[in-house]
Amino acid sequence: MQRRIAGGLLVLALAAGPAAAELDLTGAWGQKMHEDRLDRGGGPDIGDFTGLPINEAALLRAQTWDANKWSVPEHQCAPHPADYGPHGPAHIRIWTTTDPNSFKVVAYHIMLGWMNPVRTIWLDGRPHPSPNAPHTWEGFSTGVWDGDTLVVKTTHLKEGWIRRNGIPRSANGTLTEFLIRHDNVLTWVSAVEDPVYLTEPYVRSWNWVLAPGLWINPYTCAARVEVERPQGFVAHWLPPGMNPMLKEFSDKTGFPTQVTNGGAAQLYPEYQLELKKLLPAQLPQWGEPPNPF
Amino acid sequence: MSCNTKPASAVGLRHLAAMVMLSVAMIGMPAHAQKARAAKNAKTSQPAEFAGELDVMHVKGNVYLIGAAGGGAHAVFQIGPDGVVVVDTQTPATSAKLIEAIRKVTPEPIRIILNTSFLPDHAGGNLPVTKVGKFIGDRGEIDVASIKGHEGVLNRMSGVIGTATSPEQAWPTDVYFTGTMDLHMNGEPVILIHYPAAATDGDSVVFFRGSDVIVAGEIFTPDSYPVIKPEERGGSLQGTIDALNRIIDLAVPVMNAQGGTLVVPAYGPIADEYSVVIYRDMLTIVRDRIADLIKRGMTLEQVKAARPTLDYDGIYGTAPRGWTTDQFVEAVYRELRATTDKSSPDAATASP
Repeated sequence: MQRRIAGGLLVLALAAGPAAAELDLTGAWGQKMHEDRLDRGGGPDIGDFTGLPINEAALLRAQTWDANKWSVPEHQCAPHPADYGPHGPAHIRIWTTTDPNSFKVVAYHIMLGWMNPVRTIWLDGRPHPSPNAPHTWEGFSTGVWDGDTLVVKTTHLKEGWIRRNGIPRSANGTLTEFLIRHDNVLTWVSAVEDPVYLTEPYVRSWNWVLAPGLWINPYTCAARVEVERPQGFVAHWLPPGMNPMLKEFSDKTGFPTQVTNGGAAQLYPEYQLELKKLLPAQLPQWGEPPNPF
Repeated sequence: MSCNTKPASAVGLRHLAAMVMLSVAMIGMPAHAQKARAAKNAKTSQPAEFAGELDVMHVKGNVYLIGAAGGGAHAVFQIGPDGVVVVDTQTPATSAKLIEAIRKVTPEPIRIILNTSFLPDHAGGNLPVTKVGKFIGDRGEIDVASIKGHEGVLNRMSGVIGTATSPEQAWPTDVYFTGTMDLHMNGEPVILIHYPAAATDGDSVVFFRGSDVIVAGEIFTPDSYPVIKPEERGGSLQGTIDALNRIIDLAVPVMNAQGGTLVVPAYGPIADEYSVVIYRDMLTIVRDRIADLIKRGMTLEQVKAARPTLDYDGIYGTAPRGWTTDQFVEAVYRELRATTDKSSPDAATASP
């Protein structure tokens, strides 16, 4: 009899738990900044659009972008959009909402350190909302487990950026992400698609390490007038090429604009052969590694 | 003596006197009343009823959205114990479903209709919606809803300005000609704010101050470049930018440019302050680019060839309602050409 009860309890315990392949993603995670550190820390150079699958519309937006934008009160406290946010800096905290009866995970919530945006990823099968629903920094996300990988689809994104030097991503863009946990390492793969500004999906990945006790401070940004300007001031440069800083990256690296302007071809290994033809024989030595070729 | 035998001069004098009397009487009447006579028998063609389902969603607080459909723009309604306030009425094609949608949310009667502009996609459903309403005024409850808006809406709908006319019962007859009109309904202030020469010459933004929702009307069309037809509507690009700046002033995010005040556009997704900023930025940038090209002495064709909207056309240039990028650039060119000082071409950098 006791053996039967124990067996029954075991069956119940198994039935109440998550599906076999689902992993627990909750906890505090410290971001590994071992890739693209310059880009993710201080930020990219103005005029560095290398490695991006962008079209001419995106290029013009970026060429006329002005960093003064961030001094305008209505822009000062903008968080990174969902597709850029994990690029960092972004320690994260993940928690769940569970069904009070079944204890199944209804949603994952991910808070990023920078500006504290909170993403919600619904796992309860609900549909994405109407096109008239608000487009937000975090968008509307739904997730399903594919084996031990959480696959997340996001729509309803507010217009944002994929590089912090003016490369835009439109509100028509969508996001597909893969959250993969290997022991205490969380790998987050992100693919952005945008019919307006990208010619191919833009794929990135980042890593975090489980960090119990890691505390994310509140990020209370307060927008203030920092420079007295007329109402409605919008920072931008006029085309073509009015921004004198656009050439700095090219001058520093020796890359011709044909290279600094990016394009989908640069995503593929064979582009290295093309690059060899485009680069000058002697690249400037500006604290950069020597010409790898 | 028959009339035929009367001296022609006598008939003429009598007729002239009658005409003078009639003219004096007509001059004494408000222009709208004169137009009302003309419009009294105006028959409106009955459009095919919208066959689809309306997209109804809760916006915030007391406020709900009825998504653009059947040729009409977004409509909004506010509910509460005082009754229903409807902001814009779409078109007759959706009226029955619009009323039905409101009935599903609340049994309270429709008391007030507010028009953000005279445009048929905003005010086209006034007549069927007011007919099911019940306004309470100084005559007690009457069997129509009160229609309110800026005086410019009345002028356009009655045909006092322009050539369009609509049935008299569809006109907003409680209008304001100053900067604002204040109401209080369902426990919150409801403020109509007029912005001159924005999308039209009679635009109102409706601010539900307690619910923290702004209905922007045609001033904010985030799926398209704004339609600028000063001859037909009285609007302008600069007026639209000025109005958007004022909406940005009114809106307050909750934290870090997220959430807070919600802004309902004429079409497209509900916005927060930052989404209005994105649209305002685009219009300001395009304005500055075209102004710069004019300063350089370019003709309209040269400006078009320079493609000053290239980086925004994928978002705003799809012409969902037929307003093309070319039409937009032409309208901006004409407006700016009248105001841009071409004597001092300079390498301007950022917008003033």
